[in-house]
Amino acid sequence: MTNSINEFEDADLFFVTGTNTTAQHPLIGSRMINAVQQGAKLILVDPREIQLAGFATLHLRQNIGTDVAVMNGIMQVIIEEALYDREFVEKRTEGFEELKSVVSRYTPRVVEQITGIKAADIVAAARLYAEADKAMIVYAMGITQHVTGTDNVKTCANLAMLTGHVGRPGTGVNPLRGQNNVQGACDMGALPVVYTGYQKVIDPAVKTKFEQAWQVEGLDDKAGLTITSMMAAAQRGDLKALYIMGENPLMSDPDTRHIELALSNLDFLVVQDIFLTETASLADVVLPAASFAEKSGTYTNTERRVQISHKAVEPPGQARADWEIIQEVCRRAGYPMDYRSPDDILQEINRVTPSYAGITLDRVEKEFGLQWPCPNEDHPGTAYLHKDKFTKGLGTFLPCDFKPLAEVPDEEYDFILTTGRVYYQYHTGTMSRRIELLEREAPEAVVEVNPDDARRLGIRNNDRVELSSRRGTITLKAEITQRVPHKVVFSTFHFREAQVNLLTNPAHDPVSGIPEYKGCAVKIRRCA
Amino acid sequence: MEKTSTVCPFCGCGCNFYLVTDKGRLTGVEPSPQNPVNKGMLCAKGWNSYEFVQSPDRLTTPLVRKNGELAQSTWDEALQIVTAKLLEIREQQGPSALAFLSSAKVTNEENYLFQKMARAVFGTNNVDHCARL
Repeated sequence: MTNSINEFEDADLFFVTGTNTTAQHPLIGSRMINAVQQGAKLILVDPREIQLAGFATLHLRQNIGTDVAVMNGIMQVIIEEALYDREFVEKRTEGFEELKSVVSRYTPRVVEQITGIKAADIVAAARLYAEADKAMIVYAMGITQHVTGTDNVKTCANLAMLTGHVGRPGTGVNPLRGQNNVQGACDMGALPVVYTGYQKVIDPAVKTKFEQAWQVEGLDDKAGLTITSMMAAAQRGDLKALYIMGENPLMSDPDTRHIELALSNLDFLVVQDIFLTETASLADVVLPAASFAEKSGTYTNTERRVQISHKAVEPPGQARADWEIIQEVCRRAGYPMDYRSPDDILQEINRVTPSYAGITLDRVEKEFGLQWPCPNEDHPGTAYLHKDKFTKGLGTFLPCDFKPLAEVPDEEYDFILTTGRVYYQYHTGTMSRRIELLEREAPEAVVEVNPDDARRLGIRNNDRVELSSRRGTITLKAEITQRVPHKVVFSTFHFREAQVNLLTNPAHDPVSGIPEYKGCAVKIRRCA
Repeated sequence: MEKTSTVCPFCGCGCNFYLVTDKGRLTGVEPSPQNPVNKGMLCAKGWNSYEFVQSPDRLTTPLVRKNGELAQSTWDEALQIVTAKLLEIREQQGPSALAFLSSAKVTNEENYLFQKMARAVFGTNNVDHCARL
């Protein structure tokens, strides 16, 4: 997030898209609802009638995968009606003419054709967003999990810059991160192209810096493989060994059947986890790890706040903290390591990571965490980014054209399946399905079907249905609901009994490598 | 009864709460009202997050595949196999035949160490995690 969770109270308007916030980020969802009840406006762009729709000033239900067209349409109106922030555009951005030329083609009438949103609603959304004093864009995986995910994100940034809704409290572009330390994993360089703090592996100066810090020679200076490419390389036989810590790709990755083939094709698979997950049961070696309650360390939340979590109980049996296991593997591989505590490691992170340099254990204990960038020990941390200038100086408009889903419905596979999570479950269910209350509230996989479609297909509420794509078939319970529009079905990836990722399309965004979980072609029929 | 300050293991909000322990067992969750992130509020997942920790399904020993089946093993044997296999594959096929998947569920310090292991010890940038999923 460019901004902070506490700033939800200051915003006059929320532009919310691709996030079912009350289900996936409940505490942020309730902040938003509170603000709306105090008078803030809410523009919701989401094909489904999620809980937030009940609080929306305007709910735009776009055809799945048409986000770029929606936002281009809104920008077209903003420029056409001269509602943009001329001063911000002149002083802080570049590339306005290119943006203007691309979005000029997206008149409300054209956008209505592509997105299914009424032209008048596009105009209304444009006026509301542009005329608000402090407007905040909030999004999640509904924006990024598309083959055009990068374009979708760029288009959100274009919209915020065009209207000057960035770099002030209560504004900004705010992606909500789905896991408790997905922000931290990125910050710490658990990515194939960067070390900690987004220092690039291809930069020779950065390479030298880490060679010195780590006392090694010849660090790899080429970009590594993303998770999606790792699976492809394993299937081709180029990748021989995979070491997985605390992940369950067999449930979470698209096109499960191919993931299983890829993992089985490895010479060696080691999985380090707290449970024998679907993935761990395929491993050659399984290492038992400690859970969050059984170790200390820091986590970075969606607003870049680094917080400390303490050890409450001992791990069960012989389970050990992940950092202890990694240290032991490194030592045995001939690399000396002697960290006595997570704090020893944090001190090294402080030394090699400019944005984390001032985030010390003492300070995170005393100050309820610190938000990066925090370049030194006297720095108070950063509540919102891009205050007077962007990281790179001027903000560049990067206009994009609309491109359709990688797999569009046809005569045989005539529905679009979109996937996500529900309030009472979480991700692949490894943790949440072992909690009695959550399992009682959401015990099984459900597919949401629109009442008109259900009537036509002879499906009644709670019927068992068969859902198939070109990649696989699952059987699950139907819920007949207006929440999904005509010709769209929704389901979740929590349940091993009906693995929705057997169906999803592995086609992914060429830049981010993120697969298109949010739309693939399926057919549905009532089980005989 | 003791209270330990922790960060919720579920979504990216980063809510804080206290884990309550009684004689070394987790018994519940208490919110942390002063914290600026969640100000003492929690969702159903947060309130019940201590439960999976004590699930009987937890892994308690290393497992090693023998004759096709995963069997209980020792740390010494398991770690010996892991390092020997990774080093052998690196030796024979080069570092790019190895890959490492880190986790959005573990601490910063552990993520840092994991990518350091991939890069400094095994010589590859093939390290990623599930941010994309």
